Amino acid sequence: MNEPTRLLLGTRKGLVVYERRASAWQITSVSQLGIPVAYATVDPRTGTWWACLDHGHWGPKLQRSADGETWEEVETPAYPEGAKIKKDVPATLRYLWVIEPAGDREGQSLYLGTEPGGLFASYNGGQSFQLVSGLWDHPSRMEGWFGGGLDHPGIHSIVVDPRDPKRVLVGVSCAGVFETLDGGTEWEPRNRGLVASFLPEPNTEVGHDPHRLVACPSNVDVLWQQNHCGIFHSVDGAASWTRVSEEDGPAKFGFAIAVDADDGDVAWVVPAVADDMRIPVDRSLCVCRTDDGGKSWTAFRQGLPQAECYDIALRHALDVAGDTLAFGTTTGNLFLSDDRGESWRNLSQHLAPIYSVRFA
Amino acid sequence: MPRVRFTTHLKRYFPDLSETDVDARTVSEVIAAIDQQHPGLASYLIDERGALRTHVNLFVGGKMIEDRRTLRDEVNPSDEVFVAQALSGG
Repeated sequence: MNEPTRLLLGTRKGLVVYERRASAWQITSVSQLGIPVAYATVDPRTGTWWACLDHGHWGPKLQRSADGETWEEVETPAYPEGAKIKKDVPATLRYLWVIEPAGDREGQSLYLGTEPGGLFASYNGGQSFQLVSGLWDHPSRMEGWFGGGLDHPGIHSIVVDPRDPKRVLVGVSCAGVFETLDGGTEWEPRNRGLVASFLPEPNTEVGHDPHRLVACPSNVDVLWQQNHCGIFHSVDGAASWTRVSEEDGPAKFGFAIAVDADDGDVAWVVPAVADDMRIPVDRSLCVCRTDDGGKSWTAFRQGLPQAECYDIALRHALDVAGDTLAFGTTTGNLFLSDDRGESWRNLSQHLAPIYSVRFA
Repeated sequence: MPRVRFTTHLKRYFPDLSETDVDARTVSEVIAAIDQQHPGLASYLIDERGALRTHVNLFVGGKMIEDRRTLRDEVNPSDEVFVAQALSGG
C-alpha cells in the first residue's frame, strides 16, 4: 500500500479514525465512543470494517460496518460446551484480541484470536465463527500454555499464507508459534531457536512468549517476532528462528513489530525496558529499524519525546504502509512518519490509551 | 409475574428496553425470558456457560443473587428483579 489515506485506532474509549486531507491527517470520525476497542481493521477484500470490543461490563463483542459509521453486532463467538482452559476451569470467551480477514479472495474467510487461547474461524463472511478444534485440542495446550499479557493464554497474531490459505501460523502468549498446513486440523509448534529465559528450560518446545508475530506480505516465509526475550527472525517459514536483538542497543524488548511489504529484511520495533519496568529505554522514545534482516539496527528519535516519557506501543499499535508508519501508545500519543520511520510527528497527545493502529 | 427493571446503560445497546413482566421462577428463567423479548440481551449479562458476567449484578427483591454460576436463585411472582452493572474503574 502506498500513500495510505486512512488510519484506524482501537482505543480504550472508542474507535478513532484519521484521514489524510491534503497533507494533514485529521480525525474524521469516532465511533463506539466510550467502549474499549481492542482491535479494528478494514477487510481489504470487501471493505467491511471490523471492531473487537471489550465491554467492561457486557463481555467481548464483535461488530462490523459497511461504512465505519453504522455498526451491527454479529453473533459473539462462543467456546463450545465442555471446553476447558484447564481441568475444572470452563472456557468462556474473555477477550477478542485480533481479527484477521484472510484466507480467500472473496472475503468469506476470517480468523479471530482470543483469550483464553482459542482460534476461531468463519467461512461465511463473519456471520458465524467456530472454534478451530485442531489447535484447541493440541496436546500441549492444557499443560503447556499459560497467560502472558492476559490472565489466560491468548492468540494475538494470525498469518495466513496468501499462496496457500491452508497454511496458517498463529502467535500465542504464552505458548509460541504454531503452524497448520491443512487448514486447521493438524498443528505443530514452530519455536526452534526461540529462548524463553523466564522458564526453567529456556529451550522448551512450547511456553514461549511471542508478543507479536508478522510475516513479510510479499514473502511469507520471512517472519519476525518481537518476543518477550528479544527480537527473532526467520527466513525459512518459521522452521527456525534466530535472535537478532541488540546486545547493547535499545532494540531488544518491546511489544509491536512491523515488516516492510516488499523487503523482508526491513523491520521496525518500538523498544522498551523489559519485564518489571515496561517503560521506554531511558524514558526516551525511539523507533529502531533494521535494513539487513536484523544484523544491525538504527534508532530514530527525531520528533519523539526524549525525556520523562512513559509511552509504550502495545503489540497491535504499530503499522506500516509503503513509506508511512504510525504508532500509538499507552499514554494516548499518536506518532506518524512519512520517511520510513526516520522522523516523526505527533498527531495527538490527548487520545485514550491506544491498543491498535491499522492503515486501511 | 416478576417485574424486571434494567440499568439505563443497557439502553444504549437495546434502545427498546423497558420494565417488563416475565413468566419465570428462577433467575435463569428470567434471563431466558428477557432474551426472548430482546434477542442477544442474555449475552450481555451471562457468558456462554450461563454464568453471570463479573461486572454485572442481579438483585431479586432487593437482595443480590447468591448463585452467580448457574442462576438457580428463586424468583417469586411478587419479586422485582433488577439488572445492574457493577461499578468498575475508569
